[in-house]
Amino acid sequence: MATTRPPLRRLADYAVLGVLAFVFALPVLYLLLGSLKPSDEVLNGLSGFLPTHLSFDNYTAVLDALNSDSTGYFWRFMGVSLLLAFVVVTGGLFINSMAAYGLSRLKWRGREAVFTLVLLLMLVPFESVAVPLFYMFNDQRNTLFIQAIPFIANAFSVYQFHTFFRSIPPSIEEAARIDGAGPWRTFFAIVVPMSKPAFASVAILTFLTQWGSFLWPVLMVSDPSVRPLPLEMSVFQGQLPPDWGQILAFGVLLVLPVLVVFAFFQRWFVQGVASSAVKG
Amino acid sequence: MKTVEPAHAVSSGRDKAPPPKNPGPARPARKSREWVHGLLMSTPAVAGLIAFVGVPFGYAVVLSFYNVRLGSPLAPSFFGLEQYRRLFTDPDLSGPFLRALLNNLTFAVVVVPLQTCLALALAILLNRKLKAIGLFRSLFFMPVVFPMALVAVIWRLILARSDQGLLNSALHAVSFGNWGAFDWLGDAATAMASIIVLSVWQGVGFQMVILLAGLQQIPTELYEAARLDRASRWQQFRHVTLPGIRGTLVFVAMLTSVLSFRVFDQVYVLIHGGGLDEDATRTVMYQAVTTAFDQNNIGQASAITVVFFLIVVVLTLVQRRVVRPGNED
Repeated sequence: MATTRPPLRRLADYAVLGVLAFVFALPVLYLLLGSLKPSDEVLNGLSGFLPTHLSFDNYTAVLDALNSDSTGYFWRFMGVSLLLAFVVVTGGLFINSMAAYGLSRLKWRGREAVFTLVLLLMLVPFESVAVPLFYMFNDQRNTLFIQAIPFIANAFSVYQFHTFFRSIPPSIEEAARIDGAGPWRTFFAIVVPMSKPAFASVAILTFLTQWGSFLWPVLMVSDPSVRPLPLEMSVFQGQLPPDWGQILAFGVLLVLPVLVVFAFFQRWFVQGVASSAVKG
Repeated sequence: MKTVEPAHAVSSGRDKAPPPKNPGPARPARKSREWVHGLLMSTPAVAGLIAFVGVPFGYAVVLSFYNVRLGSPLAPSFFGLEQYRRLFTDPDLSGPFLRALLNNLTFAVVVVPLQTCLALALAILLNRKLKAIGLFRSLFFMPVVFPMALVAVIWRLILARSDQGLLNSALHAVSFGNWGAFDWLGDAATAMASIIVLSVWQGVGFQMVILLAGLQQIPTELYEAARLDRASRWQQFRHVTLPGIRGTLVFVAMLTSVLSFRVFDQVYVLIHGGGLDEDATRTVMYQAVTTAFDQNNIGQASAITVVFFLIVVVLTLVQRRVVRPGNED
């Protein structure tokens, strides 16, 4: 496939790709255009696509509409989502990488058993513990704490770090150990800086999952002061009568942070997804 | 590796020569303390996993044997297998649950082949040395980063009923007004198809990336050899590409089937305010959440959860079985 293709074939490739890309981009385009149009023109058949009367009015209207104690504050929803993502990602990177190091590079009795336990827990999707967790922590509903804490320790992240650490040649660490560095220093000063790709891909995968998190907030959050953005998206779009321009503007604001992360780090992301899967 | 002592001597010489330690016992001592460090390092994550995955999972199994209701003044009472019996055979309760199972199954049976084939087609198209190919890759991957709650809302507009919806309006235009008044989400016949379309749109990029990585691991020489043998493009696909990504392809198919059983967000959002037909699209997870949250019936919801888990585990085990022979190291 690496050979250069004849020009005619290349033209055909572009044509096929272009058509597919257009179909794929259509919903995104619709979202963007709709968020910039007057609300009554959004849901209006094909003309919903015509870029007439574009303005940022919907964005300011969303910020105005969500600006009281009863509706909640837009920036607060955003803040809650950002804070949760920050805590889950950084906390997760820290403890999951540390565990993976302890389970892959230090030799101790029982580590195989512990790692097998982690692999078994990886089989349990969050969906199948949501109900008992909801019951166990019912008195903690509407707190930030309960929205973040179950997601920091992550078996899949441990597994990804484990796979990566095992691929580092042991001679580098041995040299550090011989120079008198203990396991903690070896880990933080030598192994962590060497493992940037693993940290980047785990971080992005965790961020993405956490940012879109929906099931857990549905169960645990009713108070607008601790409500994350995706749940608010669902509340906001369910109000009658729906104001489509504002709903789509809300949507753009919801997806913007992930798009920014994606734009800057997509190489790591794509690599992380691909490598974990090919190895898995 | 066996030059420990000279190296040690050199380094301790540099460090202002501390009283020369006997290197003999120092190493075993460090080794024997390694378990302390290993345990300390793994404890936070492992404890978290036990507390928030292991214990609740065991608790789900226990709760499913009880009649537990949230906010009920009655103490939980032991129920044996009654919750499961109700789920599967009670005429009043089993209807929605069995329907949810059937919906999940329909979803999986359609989405797994559809999404896998589409992902493979995209991956093959994108595995070319063309200008701006990176741009196309990003574009097809982009919906993956969209939160499902938002995807549901965008498609709610595209699939809106009467001629206001984008799709209806387009159909109206191309059919000269003969088609175009479908209620895609509200009609039981098309509701599941709508959910499938928006789910594939959001998810296919993920599978595409995995398959693309698989394709790129196939050595180019194989294609060159095939061309020397005058293999047609179809023969190259059939005898080089497919065998080369067999393991990845099976992995992707199984991953998709596990993911397809977890469907919840889009269904929930569109039923709550999107006019989606509830009975035609309720899924097992939707059923668990409404049972726990709206009906406060924790025991029953736990039983649903356990059934859900068993399905996922069976799928995962099948996946391990199938993938292993072709993909082991």
